[in-house]
Amino acid sequence: MSEIIQETPLAALHVELGAKMIPFAGWNMPVQYTSIMDEHTAVREAVGIFDISHMGQFFLVGEGAEEWLNTILTNDIAKLEPGQGQYTFMLNENGGVIDDLIIYRQAPGRIFLVVNASMIDEDYAWLEKALPDGLTLTNESDSWAGMAVQGPNSPGAFAALFPGVDLPPRNGLHTWEQDGETLVVCRTGYTGEDGYEFFSSAGNGSAWFQRFVDAGAKPCGLGARDTLRLEVCYPLNGSDLSPERTPRSAGLGFAVSLTKECGFIGKDVVMQEKEDGFKERLIALEYTGKGAPPRAHYEVFTKEGERLTELTSGVLSPSLKQGIAMAYLPVDYAKIGTLVDIDVRGRRFEAKVVKKPFYKKG
Amino acid sequence: MMNVPENLRYTSDHEWILLEGDVAKVGITDHAQEELTDVVFVELPDEGRACDAEDPVAVVESVKAASDIYAPIAGEIVEGNAELEGDPSLANTDPYGAGWIFKIRVKDVADVEALLSPDDYKALLG
Repeated sequence: MSEIIQETPLAALHVELGAKMIPFAGWNMPVQYTSIMDEHTAVREAVGIFDISHMGQFFLVGEGAEEWLNTILTNDIAKLEPGQGQYTFMLNENGGVIDDLIIYRQAPGRIFLVVNASMIDEDYAWLEKALPDGLTLTNESDSWAGMAVQGPNSPGAFAALFPGVDLPPRNGLHTWEQDGETLVVCRTGYTGEDGYEFFSSAGNGSAWFQRFVDAGAKPCGLGARDTLRLEVCYPLNGSDLSPERTPRSAGLGFAVSLTKECGFIGKDVVMQEKEDGFKERLIALEYTGKGAPPRAHYEVFTKEGERLTELTSGVLSPSLKQGIAMAYLPVDYAKIGTLVDIDVRGRRFEAKVVKKPFYKKG
Repeated sequence: MMNVPENLRYTSDHEWILLEGDVAKVGITDHAQEELTDVVFVELPDEGRACDAEDPVAVVESVKAASDIYAPIAGEIVEGNAELEGDPSLANTDPYGAGWIFKIRVKDVADVEALLSPDDYKALLG
């Protein structure tokens, strides 16, 4: 079956702005405009904007939407007031990650879900097959344009575009009507910086993106999004998360509620893992010296030369100027300070298990 | 317009070659460095290594990707540019000067003449 490459509503604008486009998760996306370093720095020090229109937008509506979704996803929706969001997981029956997603409780009985681009169809099918009568699930991914505006100057860009509209607090969401269009802003992001994700109609997406650029946001591609998220140890589904591994073994237990009464799909396996102890943990590795950039799938060896695993993510950190990576290591090797070797084309570079995240603001 | 010096020869893989006696200096072109963007690591070839034309002998890495650099001609590697180990960005800032990558003693100098002329290379870039 040949893969159909999709384009976001912003594709023409990316090309006009000088983006280098690459296929990603079935989408033709900008990897960079000027350089990953420039764009990474813009987000750490000023403000950058990313097209996230390839991600999926679902709406779950109906009385009891919260209670039902709480039995499917790992985090506890009961903690969400209207206008708040949370990071959560959809697990399979084996406790493995189908997707990591962010859900927002827009209003009682109305949930907005933002899911990974490559998982839109699978997530929708997973939810729909269990959907009870009385609830409506819609996939509105094609109707919306999305952009992540990230960096210390991102509130300023918002104020310039929307005078009089309040930016919600961290993890908050605000929906409003403007010139006949529904606009949504969520104070979330995936870079470790202050920022928000902004959603408009697909048709007006390019115009909004351009307005943010005019307000000082530097257009940024997937390359910088990857270096930024890895510096703060946010996982990438399909690389750092997989259907074979639990979110708790990835160190993401904060988004898995083992105490909520309704439980969730995969909870039995997660509880068993808690009882038995972890076999492996997703840990952070940093080179001890100079070396070739670590990348996903490079092999990791003990200092004695025994193969342990492969990297799930890796990059030369633009902020730290150092090779950084994540990998699932057997627990005996997962302790802070443990030394291992990363193999790069036959050469071994020493790395140390370090505390997450690699990069902390300030 | 990309900088394509008149005194060099080129490959379709975007390497440049400067012949000095029977030793050729090799680097990546201005076009190549711009495509790669920020070069963060250069893996140099071992001195004394014999190679055929089109053998991958070095690796230039940007943040996102690792790119092989090929021997443009058959010969023996005589030197790698150790300066690049301390400052890989020389490949970006001075690709035809301080950013050279390796020197190769060529088997047959006629091979160098057979590589792309500056006009051929410009045509390739379009």
